[in-house]
Formats: sequence, C-alpha cells, structure tokens
Amino acid sequence: MITHEDRSVTKKNRPVAVVIGVALILMALLQLLPFYVTLTTALKDRTDLSSQWILPFNNLFFENFAIAIESGNILQSIGNSALITLVSTALTCLIGALAAYPLARRRTAFNKAVMFLIVGLIMIPPLSILVPLYTLLSDLGALNTYWGAILVMIASHLPLSVFLYAAFMRTIPLSLEEAATIDGAGILQVFFRVVFPLLKPVTATVAILTGVGIWNEYALSVFILREPEMQTIAPSIAAFFSAQSNNFGAAAAASLMAVLPVLVAYLFLQKWFMKGMVAGSDR
Amino acid sequence: MTELLSGTAKAAPSTRQSPPQGLHRRKKPFKGAAVNFLYLPAVILMAAFTVYPLIAGIGISFTNWNGYSAARDIVGIENYLRLVEDEIFRTALLNTFIYGVGSTVIQQILGLAIAVALDRKMRGRSAARAIIYLPVLVSPVIMGTMYYLLFQYNNGAFNDIVVGLGGERVAWLSDANTSIFIIVAVNSLQFVGISMIIYLAGLQSIPGMYYEASTLDGATKAQQFMHITVPLLQPAFATSIVLNLIGGLKLFDVIQVMTGGGPGYATQSVSTLIGKTYFDNQSAGYSAAMGVVLFLIIVVFTLILNTLLNRRRLEA
Repeated sequence: MITHEDRSVTKKNRPVAVVIGVALILMALLQLLPFYVTLTTALKDRTDLSSQWILPFNNLFFENFAIAIESGNILQSIGNSALITLVSTALTCLIGALAAYPLARRRTAFNKAVMFLIVGLIMIPPLSILVPLYTLLSDLGALNTYWGAILVMIASHLPLSVFLYAAFMRTIPLSLEEAATIDGAGILQVFFRVVFPLLKPVTATVAILTGVGIWNEYALSVFILREPEMQTIAPSIAAFFSAQSNNFGAAAAASLMAVLPVLVAYLFLQKWFMKGMVAGSDR
Repeated sequence: MTELLSGTAKAAPSTRQSPPQGLHRRKKPFKGAAVNFLYLPAVILMAAFTVYPLIAGIGISFTNWNGYSAARDIVGIENYLRLVEDEIFRTALLNTFIYGVGSTVIQQILGLAIAVALDRKMRGRSAARAIIYLPVLVSPVIMGTMYYLLFQYNNGAFNDIVVGLGGERVAWLSDANTSIFIIVAVNSLQFVGISMIIYLAGLQSIPGMYYEASTLDGATKAQQFMHITVPLLQPAFATSIVLNLIGGLKLFDVIQVMTGGGPGYATQSVSTLIGKTYFDNQSAGYSAAMGVVLFLIIVVFTLILNTLLNRRRLEA
C-alpha cells in the first residue's frame, strides 16, 4: 500500500541525500561489525595475534569449528534447540489459534476479561517467576526433560500468539462459518475446515516470532535444562564461552554456528520476518 | 505493509445480518458457551506455568525458604524490608533503570532517525533495512559474545585502534564506569531494528497529501516534521517506547555473558541478581521477593506509559 507519494531525491536536495546515504551506510556497517569480527576471530589460530580487523586471506583456519563441535557439544545443542523449537512452535500456533477463536467470535464480558488477562501476561519478565517455576518443574520431574522445556516455552509464547490470532480473526467475515454451521458442521469442523485454512498469513507471523524467540531463548532454558547433553543453543554458547575464555576463536566459531540457521531462514523469508515484526510489535 | 495486522487495521465490516425471514433460525456458530472449551488448553498451560508461578512467588517471598529443604517459616515482609536496606539490590535496581531508560531513549532517537532516512525511494533501501534489523534475530547471549570479542582487553578490535593511535589499552568491560554504558549501547543497537520497523510502518501510514498541502502553504521541512510527522506517529511512539522499555528493564542475557554482573556487583540488573540470589546464595524467599518487585516495576511502568502516551487500548 502506497499512501504517500514517492518522495524521491530531486536535484535541489542532492547534498542532503548524500549525507543521509553515507549515514545509513555507516549505520549498516556498525550493525555488521560484530559479525565481521566474529568471523575473522573464528578463522584464526589462537596463536595468530594479527588484528581482528584483518581477514586471514592466505591461511584460513577451520580448526576452531572442530573444537566447538567436539568440546562444546554444539551439534547436540543445535539438535536440542531444533527439536524444542519445532514442537513448541507448532503447538503454540495450534493451541493459540484454537484459543483465539472463541475469544474473537464470542465476545461476552467474561471472554473479554480472559483476553485482557492473557494479553497482560506478555508483561511478565521470565526471571520474576524463576523461583516458583523452577520449584514446580522440579516437583513434576520436568527439569532436564524436553517435555518440561516444551511446555514452558509454549506457555510463555502463547499470550502473543493468542493476541495475534484473535486480531486477525476479527477481520474474517462470519458468513462462511455461519454457512458451514447451517450445513450442520460442529464447532471443531468449522474451525479446522473453514477458519484455520484462512489463517495462513497470521500463522506464518506467529510461527516466525515464536520460532525465533524459542531458538534464542536463554533466561528460562539456562535453568530448566542444566545437563550438558540437554542444553539448548543459547545457554550452551554461554557455557562454552565462559569455559573457553582463553580461546576466543572457538567461542566465535560456536557463535557463528548458532546464528547460521536463523540467518538462512531470514535470507529466504525476509518479507515475512518484516511483516511479522510489525504485527508482533503492535500490541 | 500488513494493514490487516498492524494498528491501521480497519474494523471488520459487520456481517451480523439476521438471516432472511422465512428460513429456519438455526443455531449460530457461537451462540452457546460450548465454544469456550477451545481456549481451555491455552488457559490451562498459561495458568500452570505463568500465573500459578507468579502467585506462588508472592507466597514464597514472605518466607525464609532456602529453595530446597522442607523447612520454611513465614517471615512476613522481612524480605522486602531487607531489599530496602540492601546496597547490592539498590545498585541492581538503579542499573535496571539505566538499562531500561537508557536503551529506550537511544532506540527512539536512532530508530526514528533511521526510519525517516529510509522513508524515501533510494537504491539499497531494503538492504539497509534488512541489515539494521538483522541483530534483532540473534540471541542476546550470542550478540553479547560477539561484542565481547570487540571489547576484550588484549586483542579486541577496539583496543587495536586505541593502541594503533598510541594510547594505552582500555579495560572496557572490567571498569564499572564504561561497562554499564557498553551494555546499554549493545542492547540499544541490537534492538534498534524494532523501533525502526515500527516507525517505518507509522511513516508509511501518513497520507502524502498532508505534506503536499503544507508545502503549498509554505511550511518548511522542519515545521512539517514537528507538526505533521510527530503528532501522527503518536501510536508508533507509544508502541515502540513500551516495547523497548520492557525489554530494557528485563535485561538479563547480555549482562550474563559480557560482564557476569561484575566487576563486583556493578553491572547487575534485578534479573541477574534474582538468578544469583537463588542459585548461588540459596535464598529462594529473598530471590522471590526481588521477582515480585521486578514484576511490579514493569507493570507500573507500562501503566504509567500507557496513560501518558494515551495509547489506544487494544480491543480485548
């Protein structure tokens, strides 16, 4: 949608445009700087004390990646993260969409109150419920289990999911659902056959926001999954980094491996990421 | 952009027409309360893993429980009184405000500037937007690790420049005076993409004719910005400020990897102190009290901001 006409550069304000262009390029370079330095650090032997600003063109050193894989348990952590992220994201979409349906369609005073409370949960900082949550998981025998981590991830990402689904559902006309009901379909049939297929755009948004959020999650995972073989990627990198405090190359290599999956997804789904951010930020 | 999802969403056209007379009045899809059972799974999960811990945490905060033994006595508001006296907690509280307010201010200024700069047709616009937004997608733990490499003492990229210019190496992260601001800067740069995107969407929704009309009336660019852009970005300001502030007040991951809350307790936030108090000092009751305080701070800040910024209440 283009609501304002193309405010393109005219001859008159050319110097201004140049200054703005240079400033934007500098800003973009600043944002890329940590990635660049991590890359140069990862590709050097620890005895190589050349500046981090310089890429080692002639003798690239890939040993750091091997060290990260062998001693850092990085592949295992990536696997753990992938499993927990995929299952939690799928369930967050499904359970969130189901929950949003009555909240969007049957707007009684009670349901409005429920919706209000759910959205309010977005505010809760993970650390503020650390003590009781840890105790609860410990009582349930859920510490260091995939299912424990998955349930906590779903619960902490549901509020945003419900909110986004409900906002989208209110824009869908009722007539299709009414027609299906008149044809004798039950609530679940109406939901799965009529409504859910219409939710593809918002499902993409919820899946991206939730997926990236869970892949990067640290504040709760670091306490829930403390066994090295259960660790997800963010806590694993932090642990590896403090263990390798004298080998920055290995820590840098591990960081790059952890970022790579998200970067690849971002490259291919950039449009969706941007759309999703706007939607997700408009709470 | 996504008019459907973003704040510009138009209310759905009302389709609640009564069916034509003469047809049987069948059941409407959501007349009965039965449809409400669809939100049971979500409500049960959130109740178990978010709401119950929040309430239980308030209970634990009135005890002297250590976190693992069966013994616990109710000590009333003792933990809270201790918080008021506690020098370390006061430092963490002050830092939390510095992280929250500092990041929020930087992110609004930078984010709005970038959005205004990008709100024009030019080559490389989408690349610049994509790159500036990129760090948002990286786990703060990893972002902290990457920036640590830049700031480290011996061979860090920044000290390379300092030494190259003939200066003495700077202890960026082990000096309390610099490390706290480095954390603010890192957090601000990492999430400036969020404010940028919100402001870009806001700018896109301002009708171009406002600018045309005011140009005809002889308004300068600066006047246009102050009298058209800023007032019409009101909802974007509100959204961006609340999101950034909550993010800054919750700050945890970056601090853990960059300074570990050190030197001493100089860069602890309330979040990092909660973890430390619970797992290192085995004071679950005291840690839970900090958690309650952190939650209240975020709620109060959000409410104040919502009132101040006159935010459109979201339709519940």
